[in-house]
Amino acid sequence: MNNDIVVVAEHFRGQLNEITFELLGKGREVAKGLGGKLIVLLLGQDLRGFISELGGADVVLAADGQEFREFTPDIYSSLIGSKLKETSPRLVLLGSTSAGLDLLGLLSGRCAFPCIDSCVRLEAKDSGLIATSQVYGGKVFVEVALPAETTLVAVVPGSFDPAAGRIKGNPQVQALATPPDMPASRVAFRKLIEPPPGDVDITIAPMLVGVGRGIQNADNLSLAEELAAALGGAVCASRPVIDQGWLPLTRQVGKSGMRVKPKLYLAFGISGAPEHLEGMKQSEMIIAVNTDPNAPIFSAAHYGVVADALDLLPALTEEIHKTSMKKAS
Amino acid sequence: MSTLQSPAIPEMPAVLFPEIARAEENFRTCIQCGVCSGSCPMSEAMEFPPRKAVRMLLEGRFDAVAKSNTPWLCVSCHTCTARCPSKLLISDGLFPALRAAVMDIGLPLDQDLQTALQKTYLYGNPMGEGPNKRTDWAKTSGVPVPVLAQVRRPVDVLWIVECYPSFDPRGQAISRLLARILNLLRVDFAILGREERCVGDCEWLAGERGLFEMMVERNIETLGKYHFKEIVLTDPHAYRSLRNVYPSMGAKYVVKHYTEFLRERMDQLKPLLKKKLNVTVTYHDSCCLGRKMSQYEDPRTLLKAIPGAKLVEMSPNRESALCCGGGGSTVYLDHFIQERVKDRLADRRVRQAAATGAGVLAVACPFEPSRFEDGVKMTGYEGKLVVRDIIELLAESMELM
Amino acid sequence: MNIAVVLKQVPDLVEGLEIDVSGKAVDPSSVRYILSESDDHALEEALIIKEHVGGRVEVFSLDTGEAKEAMVTALAKGADHAVMVNAGLDSAPDNHTAAQVFASIFRDKRFDLILTGVRAIDDMDGSLGGLIAGFLDLPYVGLIRKVQVEAGGTTLIEKEYPGGCAAELAVTPPAVLGIQAAERPPRYVPITRLRQMMKTASVEELLVAPATLQPIGVVRLFKPEEGAGAVMLTGSLEAISQQVIGLIAERHLLR
Repeated sequence: MNNDIVVVAEHFRGQLNEITFELLGKGREVAKGLGGKLIVLLLGQDLRGFISELGGADVVLAADGQEFREFTPDIYSSLIGSKLKETSPRLVLLGSTSAGLDLLGLLSGRCAFPCIDSCVRLEAKDSGLIATSQVYGGKVFVEVALPAETTLVAVVPGSFDPAAGRIKGNPQVQALATPPDMPASRVAFRKLIEPPPGDVDITIAPMLVGVGRGIQNADNLSLAEELAAALGGAVCASRPVIDQGWLPLTRQVGKSGMRVKPKLYLAFGISGAPEHLEGMKQSEMIIAVNTDPNAPIFSAAHYGVVADALDLLPALTEEIHKTSMKKAS
Repeated sequence: MSTLQSPAIPEMPAVLFPEIARAEENFRTCIQCGVCSGSCPMSEAMEFPPRKAVRMLLEGRFDAVAKSNTPWLCVSCHTCTARCPSKLLISDGLFPALRAAVMDIGLPLDQDLQTALQKTYLYGNPMGEGPNKRTDWAKTSGVPVPVLAQVRRPVDVLWIVECYPSFDPRGQAISRLLARILNLLRVDFAILGREERCVGDCEWLAGERGLFEMMVERNIETLGKYHFKEIVLTDPHAYRSLRNVYPSMGAKYVVKHYTEFLRERMDQLKPLLKKKLNVTVTYHDSCCLGRKMSQYEDPRTLLKAIPGAKLVEMSPNRESALCCGGGGSTVYLDHFIQERVKDRLADRRVRQAAATGAGVLAVACPFEPSRFEDGVKMTGYEGKLVVRDIIELLAESMELM
Repeated sequence: MNIAVVLKQVPDLVEGLEIDVSGKAVDPSSVRYILSESDDHALEEALIIKEHVGGRVEVFSLDTGEAKEAMVTALAKGADHAVMVNAGLDSAPDNHTAAQVFASIFRDKRFDLILTGVRAIDDMDGSLGGLIAGFLDLPYVGLIRKVQVEAGGTTLIEKEYPGGCAAELAVTPPAVLGIQAAERPPRYVPITRLRQMMKTASVEELLVAPATLQPIGVVRLFKPEEGAGAVMLTGSLEAISQQVIGLIAERHLLR
């Protein structure tokens, strides 16, 4: 095992995902501390456009081919796995994402590397590398000491600063060759399914009124719509509301939905499970309303109110109208 | 005035769920008069109103009825059952059985209802709140609220708080006031706290006879550990369950709705009603306490005892009162029903209340304050009509707010 | 289609949980266990596949003391067979240990598909499905919301991506699938039937060699600091509304 840090890059629809830069920034920091190299594994097709964005890496191992154009877990894990077994880096960083989590289990099982999931913090201490994961719906943190062998760590998007990883440059590029004995892919990409075009793009709305289970039923959505209208913002929701069919997929905030960074995010009746927080915790100001004083959302919010969303929503709307009437007079 | 305690109607579980194959035997005395359909507040929205549903069952066309919207639009107001000349158990016999049959066949259930049933199974309450939170409401009541498992001694009164009054903020506020009233009256009472599980009839009205039986068994076991003279509660569904169904399953208790309990203590209560309220009040007879259990006078006696309170009657009232739409399991089917019914029952009833000229709509069932307050907003009477549980009016007059 | 579904019991968050005295694990006496939510969806999706193309659904669970009801519920929903795996464990192991046990069982059995929930709330070391697939060198795809088996056995799946997007992938069985959500909400079992079946249903007990992997080195478990985080606003509804609008106005966000 050497002291190198490997980052598995992620891209979607022609863009490198922000998680890649988060991992690069943290990876550089850890590599520097260990005196190792920062290596990026990049699989896809027509990768030249990405290379200059990966200036933070010492080496980019690139597999450029039609078969890698879209993520499929079988050949991705075969190729990445064989490379990792060959090189035995200290640490492999992946996103705790749809693609990353497929790879995590497969690589860990196939290559017999230990792995850690849902990582939100990674620090080098005297005793070694310590990863902190957030589990049990966000209610418990687990600190784990990375064993002294190649370890895979999946990081929750939004945990590290992407700016630290956005370095333009000319990293050394080497071809990541497909081993001749690599088995044929058992998973084939057929097509991308996009959600039906929504009326509102919540990723560009400056203010969002988020609703969760606490909204209780579809009829109460109008309370949220009224507040959103008074603010000049839009209504979005956590997964349970979308699963019920009360709002379309395009309004979902979270791991499987949109990532939003509005100036203001008001969370009503949202408990704050990590999957949702991932989608909005970087909002500039978060005000959370929940009847449960122990709801995890309160650790992510800037301000909190223990109250019933159904009471506070109309009260806030009224207050805005009062305030604007005062201004007008 | 003596209380008319309704005779305990023996509601054997077997009768609650006549097997559909034996429907002919159980319903053969139906004369197809149509009083049920005529009385049913939901019959217009039903694909097969009650009279037609019975006819189809007798003709062996159960399938069509089971797959229709009919089983899920019944709000368990019991008007049909109360008026049926052949004394057929329609709302509390046929409809639960239809619902049970739908579940048995495996047809998909309304998700709100399914979730409520699953949560009741896991946590003993349909909101899915942890049992440890049963006493949260009492922490800010300002008076002691003893828990049986902690006081470990016989008490005079076991107050079964029930689910809405324990977990719903509107219900919790009322529970705190009742605690203060009981304390002021020096009633020796205690609650079950985290051992309490749903007692009410909502599960079997929803068709989940197995779940209801499970709750009954569990509750009988819990209650068997303690000594108390009587049970007092605010929830008419729990009242009906404990009085009419639990005895047939092996447990008989002295059970009183809080209106009867407080009316019995009028001599003690009256001097404590100090503040004059100066309100015109109209009282809504809830279906379960009223039509099903025939308790009409005690709530009115209490209201008339409040200084400055003038009681006026809605039309219709007592046995003919219009349901709030809350029903036994209907609270979980609100979304389903609202999609199919234009004029909400609660809105209709609020208009009837407003027509009396009253400023206060008084209720004595935990489902009602929220429903009617929604109704007040929807009908534009906000600021003109307020909804209060009788407990809140008493507490205000007793200066316990 | 021969389908295996792996079910796992997890702590029920509704009842809260406490960390034990060692600080390295959840105190089992403080928790009540329920079926992991996405495993329930995995079972539902398996039953849907069986409804469409026929076959057999067998459910498996590690015997850690609380799984019988989940097994019987699965049978009541339409599963053909239930297997309780006794690996000499008295508490829920990490996913590597569990995956090793299941991999040893599935190595000899010929299942076309192995379904399990994509994630459980106590996952710390990767998803169970991915690990089983890794140990058995089977393909694995996770975060699935739909499975459609074509004539000939090719399995079309929809895998969720952010932004409400999904990828349609074709998987060649045998394969392991990590289910996020079934196409329909999991079906209901009337309690009468469940209670009856708890008395009459038979669940196969399968004894296997105890697992040998070392769990990952937990240093400590801790809860987020209460109070750390949001500044809490208090007061009447009106007072709170004024404070909130004040905060928004301070940032020049009010129109």
